[in-house]
Amino acid sequence: MSAAAEDAVTEAPAVEAVPKRAMTLGTGTSLVILAALLVTPIFVKNFVVFQMTMVMIYGIAVLALNILTGGSGQFSLGQSAFYALGAYTSAVLMEVANVNYALTLPIAGLVAFGAGYLFGKPALRLSGIYLALATFALAVAMPQLLKLHFLEHWTGGVQGLTVMKPDAPFGLPIGQDKWLYYFTLAISLAIYIGSINLLRSRSGRAFMSIRDNEIAASAMGVDVAQYKTLAFGVSAGITGIAGGLSAIVVAFVAPDSYTINLAIALFLGMVVGGVGWLPGSFVGAAFIIFVPNIAESISKGLSGAVFGVLLFLVIFLVPHGARQVAMVAQHLLGKLTKKN
Amino acid sequence: MELFTNQVLAGVATGAIYACMALAVVMIYQAIDHLNFAQGEMAMFSTFISWQLMQWGIPYWWAFLLTLAISFAGGILIERLLFKPLAKAPVLTNVAGFIALFAIVNSVAGLIWDFTIKQYPTPFGSSPFLGSQLISTHQAGMIGVTLLMLVGLYLFFQFTRIGLAMRAAAALPESARLVGVNTSWMIALGWGMASAIGAVAGILIAPVVFLEPNMMGGVLVYGFAAAVLGGLSSPLGAVIGGFLVGVFENLAGTYIPGVGNELKLPIALALIITVLVFKPAGLFGRAIVKRV
Repeated sequence: MSAAAEDAVTEAPAVEAVPKRAMTLGTGTSLVILAALLVTPIFVKNFVVFQMTMVMIYGIAVLALNILTGGSGQFSLGQSAFYALGAYTSAVLMEVANVNYALTLPIAGLVAFGAGYLFGKPALRLSGIYLALATFALAVAMPQLLKLHFLEHWTGGVQGLTVMKPDAPFGLPIGQDKWLYYFTLAISLAIYIGSINLLRSRSGRAFMSIRDNEIAASAMGVDVAQYKTLAFGVSAGITGIAGGLSAIVVAFVAPDSYTINLAIALFLGMVVGGVGWLPGSFVGAAFIIFVPNIAESISKGLSGAVFGVLLFLVIFLVPHGARQVAMVAQHLLGKLTKKN
Repeated sequence: MELFTNQVLAGVATGAIYACMALAVVMIYQAIDHLNFAQGEMAMFSTFISWQLMQWGIPYWWAFLLTLAISFAGGILIERLLFKPLAKAPVLTNVAGFIALFAIVNSVAGLIWDFTIKQYPTPFGSSPFLGSQLISTHQAGMIGVTLLMLVGLYLFFQFTRIGLAMRAAAALPESARLVGVNTSWMIALGWGMASAIGAVAGILIAPVVFLEPNMMGGVLVYGFAAAVLGGLSSPLGAVIGGFLVGVFENLAGTYIPGVGNELKLPIALALIITVLVFKPAGLFGRAIVKRV
């Protein structure tokens, strides 16, 4: 049999397979990180608290993309569209219908899930670069759609909508920023644990079998079409919740906050964090929030170039992103403890 | 009827721009199976180089040729330095690489030539073409250059040894290597040619959209739409796709109520998605059949 024919059968998957165990952190490490996250806001300024909240929100969105790409092996450059959908759903519900902010989140998630599921249907026929292109198109079109005249009554058109920032409930003596930090932390935690469970469930195994070899998966009885659309829907739904959270935390939505640049940023966050490694999503989110600032401080005029160079460095030095760094660290730690 | 002919002609004229861009996209796609998201920025940078050469007093056509040579070399250099090491990396890594390249090129151009809008000369003049009010001589020139480039590429790929080698390297890399084709350099050559074609596109567009670091953003999206419509594996398809997208965009803006200018871009994107769903190989592309 020739090499070419063999290639046709086992075509290299777009995403490298990740063992299930390697997708998460150990329980001990997780608890230490959680404890650190719980106490940090007491010691830092409000602006830093706000930035950390944004890292978590972007982290949720990157996590959603990670479920889609790292889990089921599909691409998306259009996550900003679902993020925008979630943000607008929350904002409109809060400002026009006076719904409580916490209740808008599940609705935002459901709306984005529906949109993602519907978009996933035709996108089923596409794979690899074609899917990237179709979702790219969606992301570029979204701001234009949000500016449409006949929606202006609800969306506020180009101006966008200003949202009331909620106070802490039950008269808790903490400021708005800190309350929203804990609120976001709780939701991130729930989504993180939910995602891990999802990937370890029957559906999650179906996603991963599709990622690793579609033909083998369908031969084993996995309904490929169903699970691919489902992955798209779940990913969009979680992104929608992240978008809704961002509307509450930033207290403002406008079409131009959700351009293709946001989709690209989320995508980069996933690559930097390590594709298929869920904790990496939050590392990647920190990268996309802080590195542009660092780049700006190194050189104002060249911030884009510095950002690009840093990205190339990541690609060349640690192609598996934060996952690789974490593994090397774990390996070194293991060596040290053995010696003692 | 007059409005209709007017809009079609205007569409063909803008379509020429998209056709050039689509041609560059297809060139790289053929070579490496990736869409180069930084293609537009590379074209913009080339256009700035030609502008700079003209500022230094070099005549238009010499600057044009010099820019093509520089872009060609630049394309090869980028491939050798940045993307050859990534050849075996997953698609995701490559896309991230293209995005990084995009950010670098855009930012460097902004630093060297700043973000103010610059006038760019046209060698064709902007008087009415053949006495008609419909298209200007520059637009006619643009269409002419695009078609010339297409014919040139066709001759190159059909009748030269190196063109044949490039096609072989793209179609069956292993077999091509066995018969002695240096496939690695064929890919670099593809990058060089795509970069040079992009430079031509940029130079043709610059008099219309004016020269500035962000001039290619929208154009690249239309270029992708055109390439997808015509089929990513067919240069002829890409050019025809470019003209079709241009005409379609103009007609939709004129005749479909409520579209106007603000929805032109979503229309192009809806076109991409529709074509991808109903005819993924495009109008002229080869359908890829996978052996199971």
